[in-house]
This record gives sequence, C-alpha cells and structure tokens, in this order.
Amino acid sequence: MLRPLDENFNKREMDPVIVKNSGVPLHLEFINEVRINKSAVEKRCASVINRRTVKKHNQAAWLLKAITCMDLTTLSGDDTEGRIVRLCNKAKSPLRNDLLENLGVEALNIKVGGVCVYHQFIRTALDILRGSNIPVVAVSTGFPAGHTPKKTKILEIKESIKSGAQEIDIVISRRHVLSGNWKKLYDEISEYKEASGNACLKTILATGELGTLKNVAKASLVCMMAGANFIKTSTGKETINATLPFTLVMTRAIREYFELTGFAVGYKPAGGISSTKDCLSHMILIKEELGSKWLNPSLFRLGASSLLSDIERQIEHFTTGQYSSFNRHGIA
Amino acid sequence: MIKVKNAFKKMDYEEALESNIESLEWIAEHNGQFGHFIGGRFTKPNNLFKTINPFNKKEIAKISQGTVNDIKKSVQAARSGLEKWQSIDPFQRSKYLYAIARYIQKESRTISVLESMENGKSIRESRDIDIPLAARHFYYHAGWAKLIDDEFPDYSAVGVCGQIIPWNFPILMLAWKVAPAIAAGNSVILKPAEQTSLTALYFAEICKRIKLPEGVVNVVTGDGLTGSHLVTQKDISKVAFTGSTEVGKEIKKNIAGSGKALTLELGGKSPFIIFEDADLDSAVEGLVDAIWFNQGQVCCAGSRLLLQETISTKVEKKILSRMKKLRFGNPLDKSIDMGPLVSFQQQSRVKGLVDKGVESGADIFQCDIPSNLKGYFYPPTLLKNVSPSMEIFQKEIFGPVLSSTTFRTPEEAISLANNSRYGLSASIWSENINLALDIAPKLKVGVVWINSTNVFDAAVGFGGYRESGYGREGGKEGMYEYLKFNSDHYQLKGEKVLKKNISVKKKSIPYIDQTRKMFIGGTQKRGDSGHSIGIFDNQREEIATVGRGNRKDLRDAVEAANKQMNWAMLSSHARAQIMYYIAENLSQRRDYFISLLSSTSLCLNPLQEFDTTLERIFTFASWADKFDGVVHQVPIRAKTIALNEPVGVMGIICPDFAPLASFITLIAAALCQGNRLIVIPSENFPLPAVDMYQIFDTSDVPAAAINIVTGKHNELINTLSEHNSVDGIWNFGDSKYQTNIDRASVSNLKQIWSINGNNVNWINYHASFNKLLLRKSSQVKNIWIPYGE
Repeated sequence: MLRPLDENFNKREMDPVIVKNSGVPLHLEFINEVRINKSAVEKRCASVINRRTVKKHNQAAWLLKAITCMDLTTLSGDDTEGRIVRLCNKAKSPLRNDLLENLGVEALNIKVGGVCVYHQFIRTALDILRGSNIPVVAVSTGFPAGHTPKKTKILEIKESIKSGAQEIDIVISRRHVLSGNWKKLYDEISEYKEASGNACLKTILATGELGTLKNVAKASLVCMMAGANFIKTSTGKETINATLPFTLVMTRAIREYFELTGFAVGYKPAGGISSTKDCLSHMILIKEELGSKWLNPSLFRLGASSLLSDIERQIEHFTTGQYSSFNRHGIA
Repeated sequence: MIKVKNAFKKMDYEEALESNIESLEWIAEHNGQFGHFIGGRFTKPNNLFKTINPFNKKEIAKISQGTVNDIKKSVQAARSGLEKWQSIDPFQRSKYLYAIARYIQKESRTISVLESMENGKSIRESRDIDIPLAARHFYYHAGWAKLIDDEFPDYSAVGVCGQIIPWNFPILMLAWKVAPAIAAGNSVILKPAEQTSLTALYFAEICKRIKLPEGVVNVVTGDGLTGSHLVTQKDISKVAFTGSTEVGKEIKKNIAGSGKALTLELGGKSPFIIFEDADLDSAVEGLVDAIWFNQGQVCCAGSRLLLQETISTKVEKKILSRMKKLRFGNPLDKSIDMGPLVSFQQQSRVKGLVDKGVESGADIFQCDIPSNLKGYFYPPTLLKNVSPSMEIFQKEIFGPVLSSTTFRTPEEAISLANNSRYGLSASIWSENINLALDIAPKLKVGVVWINSTNVFDAAVGFGGYRESGYGREGGKEGMYEYLKFNSDHYQLKGEKVLKKNISVKKKSIPYIDQTRKMFIGGTQKRGDSGHSIGIFDNQREEIATVGRGNRKDLRDAVEAANKQMNWAMLSSHARAQIMYYIAENLSQRRDYFISLLSSTSLCLNPLQEFDTTLERIFTFASWADKFDGVVHQVPIRAKTIALNEPVGVMGIICPDFAPLASFITLIAAALCQGNRLIVIPSENFPLPAVDMYQIFDTSDVPAAAINIVTGKHNELINTLSEHNSVDGIWNFGDSKYQTNIDRASVSNLKQIWSINGNNVNWINYHASFNKLLLRKSSQVKNIWIPYGE
C-alpha cells in the first residue's frame, strides 16, 4: 500500500556523472534569490560534527584520503627553490613507508593532490614532480589582493600555463562582490577561464573579506556560472580563512549549481585547517552536503601547509597505539 | 589492514559505539533490580516488571510497580521532607540544587548511556542536548532557590507535589519538574514513565549522595495505575503532568474540585511554516531537528509542514534528498540520526496512523530502514498533499512523520497553523523580519521559534495554549506554578456578615418598570428564555427584574466575543484610554450608583465601594500599557521575547459580595490585557453590572469586548464551562460550582482559576493581588529570534 514518491529515492547517495564545468550565462535571478541564515548555518555546523564520527581504521582511511586531496602549499615572500624542492619531495612521499606498509595501502600509491606555489617556482616544482602525476598549482591574478591591472592578470595566467602549471588558483576582485557588481565579477572570471584554457581553474573568494555569508554564496554562484572548476575559500592571508560555515555555504552553492546545470564543481577550503579534527570536520560536512563522490581529488582539495604533519602523527598513533611526535616524520 | 583499504574506497561511516560499561556496572551493583526511592532510601524491589532496550528488545533491568501503599508511604515521606526542607534557609537549599547540577554534569556520560539504552534515542542527543539541558535547569533553579524571598515575597511553597513524567525525555522532564518544585521550597514524589525509570533512579542516587534531606525528592516507579494513585492522594497539593492530552484530561477530571494546583504539558501538532523568502537549505535542516529529533517523539515536534506554494516543489525535493542522508542504528552509535521508537506499542500506533493517512489520500514517502535492524524502528516519513480535513493533519502522531500542506498567503498560513486543537509551538522560516514578527503573535501557541526549532533554555518558559495544556515550565513564569499566593493578602478576615437579599415581599408602590436585558455583541438583547428574575433590595422589595439567561444567550455571547478581534488588536494605550473613559462616565453617575449600592446588604459601604471601584478602573487602565513582557538572556545568539498575551475569550463568574467593586475589578483586570469577556454577574444583585451597559456603550468599548449574561448561576455555569470556544474561566462565584467547572472545562482544557469571591476583601486587598489578577489574565508566549548576518 505504501508507494514511494520517487523511484530513485532509495539510492542512498547523490550520484553525479562528473561533468566538468564549462560555465553558463550569468543568471542574476538565482543570485538575487540567495538567502542565508547565519544562525541556522552555524547551528548546522555545530551539530553535524557531533552527529558523525570516524574512528580507528576508518579514520586512518579518511586521513589517507585527505592526503590525496591536499594541495601542499607554500606561498611566502621568503620561498626559495630549495624550499620548493623539499616541499615537492614531501608531496611525492607524504607518509613514511613503514606506515603505509602497516596500513596495507602501498598499492594505493598515496601522494598529495597538488603542489601550490607562486608562478616563479612552477618550473622547479615540475622538475621534482616529473613522473609523479602530481599537478603543479600556481596562484595567479595578483595573488593575494588582486589589485594588479587586468592586462597583467591575464598575462600572468597565460605565462603560468606556458610554464607548465596544470591548475590555476586565481583571486577574485573582492570589490566587485562588496559593491554588488555581479556582472563585472562574472566577466572577470570568464576572461580568466578563457585565458586558462584547459587548465583547472580554481577561484579564491577570500571569504573572510566578503563581509557576509550571503555574499560568499552569491560569489560562489557567479564564479561557477563563469566556469570555475573549483571554488576555494581563502588565500590563507586573510584573518579569517576556511571555517565550517564557509564550507557549508559553499558546498550548498555547489549542490544548487549542480542541480541547476548538471556541472560538478569542486570545493577547496584553504587556510586555517591545521588539525586532523578540523580536517575531518570539513570532510564530514562535505560528505553530508554533497556526498562521498565529492571526497576525491577531482572535486575536493585541501589547501594546507601544516596539516600533513598532524595527520602523520595520527596515522602513526593508529598503527602503533602510541602517541607520536613531530620529529618522527620527515618535514616538508 | 585490508579494512583501511576498503574504507578508503568507500569513504563511509562505520558503527562507533559509546561504551556502556559504567552504566551496566551500575545496574549490576543493584543486581539488576530496583525498588522505589522513598524518604531517602531505596525500598526492597517488589512487584517487578522488565524495562526493555527498544533497540535489541532485551531486558535491561527489573523495576518495581508502585502500589497504593508505596504511594502512601511516599506521601508521608514527602510531608516530613517538606518540613525539613522549609526549615532550611534559601541559601542552603540553593546549595543542594547547585550540587545536583554539578553531579549531573559529572555523571553525564553514565546518565546519557542509560537514557539511550532505555529510550532508544541517539547518544548524540542524550549527550549533547538532554543531559546538558537537565544540568542547566538545576543551575538556573539553584538561582531561584536563592532569590525566592526577594523575588516572590507574596508567595509561599505549594506543599507536596506529585509529578508524572513521560518516556520521551526522561531525565530532562525530571529536571523540568523537580528543579522548580524544590527551588520553590516544595517536596516531590516523582513517577517516571514505566518504559524509562532508570535515569530517575540514578538521579535518586545523586540526591542521596549529595545528602539532600530525606523525603524532599521521592521516586516511585510504575505504570499509569501508580500515577493515578499518586494524583488522587489527599495530601498532595499540586499535580504536574507531562504526557498525552488524553491522560492529562483524565487527571484533570480526577482531581476536579480538589483545589489541587495543576500544570499540564500535553500534546501538540506544531506547524513548521516555510515562506518563500527563507533560507531553504537551513529550513530543511531545521525540519530535521523538528520532526526527526528523538524519532519525532517530541510534544513540540514540527509535524505539520506548511509550505508557501511558490517553493513547495523545490522544498519537498530538498526534504527527500535530505531524508536519504539520515542514518539509523544502535542508539549508542555516535554516527546515527535515529534510533528505534520507545516500544512496540508506539511503533504500532504510528504505523496505524500513517496507514490511515495514506488511505485518506496522502502521498507517502519513506526511507528504508536497514533490514539488519530488529528494534522498534519506524522509518522517517513524509506525507504529501495532506489537507486539514484529514486526521493526520489534526492528530498527534508522536513519531517521525511529517505532513505537508501548502498555503498561498501569510494570512492563509496563519489560519492553517491555528487550525488545530493544540497550541504548543511553531516555527517560522523567513529572512524577512517584518513578516516573521507579524506572524509570531498571531499564532495561538506558547513558543515560537523564528528561523530555528526545538531550542530550549531554563530561563525561557515552555508550555502551550489550548489543549496543549496550561502552566509553564522554566523561567520566572514556571516558578509561579510551584508557589501559591498568600491568601491573607485578599481574604476577608473575621466579621463579614453576608445577608442575601432573598425575599418574598413584593413592591407595594407603583414605579416605572425597570427591565434589564442582556448585553451581547454590544447591544442590549432580550434573553432567549423569555423569563426574568426579580431582584430585591435590602428591604426585600423587588426593585427590578433581569433576564434569566440560558444556554442560547451564552452561545450568542461567546459567538460575539469570538468574532470581536479589535479589542486584542488595539494598542495598549488605546485600551487604557477607553478604560479611563469608562471611569469618567461612571463618575458622572456617582449618585445613582451609590444609591443603588445603598439598597443592598451585599455592599457594606456604598460610598467606599463606589470610590474604590473608580480607583480600580484607574489601576488597571494604568497597567494596560505597563504589564510588559521581558527579553530573556539565553545562551545562544538570540533575543527571546516573552510576550504577555491575553488568554483570549474568558468567562468571568462574579460573586455576590461587593457587587460593583468585584465586578469592575475582575473585568478591568481582564480587559486591560486584551481579553474578550463573557461575564455572569452576581446572581442576587446583578444591577450594578447591568447598569454599566450604557456606560460601556458611551465609552467607546468595542462591541462584544464585554458581554453580560444575567441569570441563575447553576443554569449557566455548565454551558459556559463546556463551551469549546472559551479559553479560560475565572470562577469567583460560589465555590460549590468548582468541581462542576473543573469537570466541564476538560474538553478544551480551558484555564480555570477559582477563588471564592464572597471571601475576598474587594475594597481593601493588598496591592499585590492586582499583579496576580494581571498574571491570570495573560499567558506568556516566548518568541525566539536568533540574529546575525
């Protein structure tokens, strides 16, 4: 007697066919319809991390996944080629071999999702990463503030691609968001999209500078409409970076866009995630809002520099039962 | 380690169980058998029944079924506990409550696990919601215990309280009951639900460990029979019950006329209203907390979803995909959303109601419960296209079942929301503050959550309108439920002689005939019966006749009052102005009223009574715009506004004594808060009330805000008390009617307040009595308004 409303209902996960985003025209009506209730968003964030937990071997597995989704990053004024070499070597072997053996995951070929550097170091990174299949990610368009001339921004993208960067992380002009100039933001990203060709385009919203969660949601939608392959929270230079409310708002925007267009856009929280616990919280939230399909490097990246060493310690603790220490793992 | 590899591919959750070792150890310490906790000691386990884990249907422990004898012993213990408790000063009492709060926190894990094992709720909910809130209640009330003399100087403890709590929030409901009761200086006998006694017994042990004086808290376990023994005990002064509306009504009938104070927190069918300008994803998440929290076994569950038509398809889609994410399993699993229902009976009940809903035409949509789960699970259910005429829209299901209906306009949302016998809570989702704050006061419920749901705090009263019960739990308003007003402040002392003007003597000289009518819907109407009653003066002369009202007159009066919305909607300033105007017009007729009062022995001092009456109108006109609500401090980023709202349509039965002052005092108090009235004036001398018609007429009182039906009280009281469109009754008439009124009012659970008005010193009572009148003429609605951009 009980009849289901929707025959597909009992498939437990949203099952996206991953179609790379090629963008759609700017639909202002969707932007104008955005409503975000901050209190409810915060409540959801506070509750979801207590509703789900991953323990023991399952936690080890999730942490391995986090490593494979990590854009290992250095973006400092004092970066040198030597520093990049160290980082790239760590990217290729993020975990000690004995730990991989203990976990029985050698065959998974665990390596990070990408290495994220300034344009200057693309070639160095490519040299070290050759043959590893780890993409080199270059930040671009006047990172981090984005206040350079449009011309040089476009040129910067093109030069990075020419140098071999496979992924481009651009910063958006926050002023377009703060002045509500969605058309300008859309045009800007469209140009970047064109300039980056087939490279994976990640748009950094600098969420900590957008004022409200509503702006974050609107900017997310505009970037996706303009063809972003990933939306990314932060440069790591703002005072507030990747928080759970940003993750919730942006993953919901991704879901909305997916439902509207069928295009699957990736999500990259960056900055501020330095502990295993934080990392798992973001992953749980992504799984709850978007599904497990989003927990892989093609749709999820973690921008982080110090997270890896905490993950290494947790994994060692899981394999030995003893608490670990930083000096037992090779640093980047 | 193949497990890691597989888990890496699956990226799913796995069972993560909270340890139950400490809880099982505690049960084992008691050999798996529990007696009652009476007078500070556990009795020998006796008449045992099993308590079952609804997840695996296995026995957890054996509990004693309380007998009449156990109840009697507990009442004795509570009486001697009461003496000890009241001999301790407030600061010392406060320290005990504080210690209880600390122990609940210190033992929180064991209590949470016991709760989840017995009730089936997820450990996340018992650990993160129920137990912290229970501790918070004791902290908060430790404060009231300390402040009691400062803040409630005109009140004293009620006495021994019998408290009956349900199985859906065992320890939290215990806290809601016990904390305010003992903070106010009472002793209690608590009867937990038979399905969930363990945390109450664990709590009893805490009372023992902190050396709470023996007999202050007693716990007697058992089923409904034990509960019915408890409420009928003579030596109990107060009954507090949380549970189903049916049982609540039964209790009310049982104790009718006993004078026992009563708080009822009953069922609900709460609306969850989503407007098109809401944050829809957040609203859907709110819905999860509204209807799938505690498997929907929540009195204030948002079980009626009202969706604006423009977004209904979109939201329903979102709900369906959200439902797929819900996880079921062992209540002790830290990664589940829902456990089993509490019992087989509950599971069958829910199933029966849902099947009926589908038969009546609703579209059903359900999740799959994994087949390996063998407990009393019931799947989360969405019923679409539900109409108000269907039973599932009206009847409380008390399970994870959501009924969805659409609306077109805000007005329609309000009328759908209010289309219910219940009135416990409501959720409103809109990003437009103008809309949300417009809707909130128009909903007939005790709690409104704007852009949130199922949020609670000890500082904020909780309780419902209509058949959801009466009285509040939590907040200052909740404290009043466990206190009684000092009757010395209003009772006449000693010498009053009340001679009724009953007579047989007929008037001997011709006079212009005076025939007073009824006052219904703003006009003077001849009574339906065509009979009248003679009214006599102190010389036993018939000086007038008044209509002999009957049920039809009352029907018309209630009908008129219900249609009269203006009075409540007027600003408090406007109401005050009208009341001052009544005083002004009344003062012009001073001589007439004084001579009228002089003609009856029911008035002791006409001059004084008249002047007092004028002053009373001024008093309540003054209060009209001053009996304000409050803004509560709550532990989340929100303002919680406690509004004093009128009770609604009130029946007022007036005493004979001080026929002008008593009548005016009562109606002025009720009117100034915005109530609409049906007044039955003094039976023996209604003339002062009747002669007010013209004054009301000329004072801009909106038609039907005041309706007056004269006649024989015994012919009118039942009809008025039974009327389902009357929200409350003040019985200041003869106390012999009290039992009748209590019984007759059960069908819609109208609020009843009874005082023998012939014993009240209407001319010179203590000023605090005015506040009591104001409190009784209003009810508190709490509106939660989270904010932040």
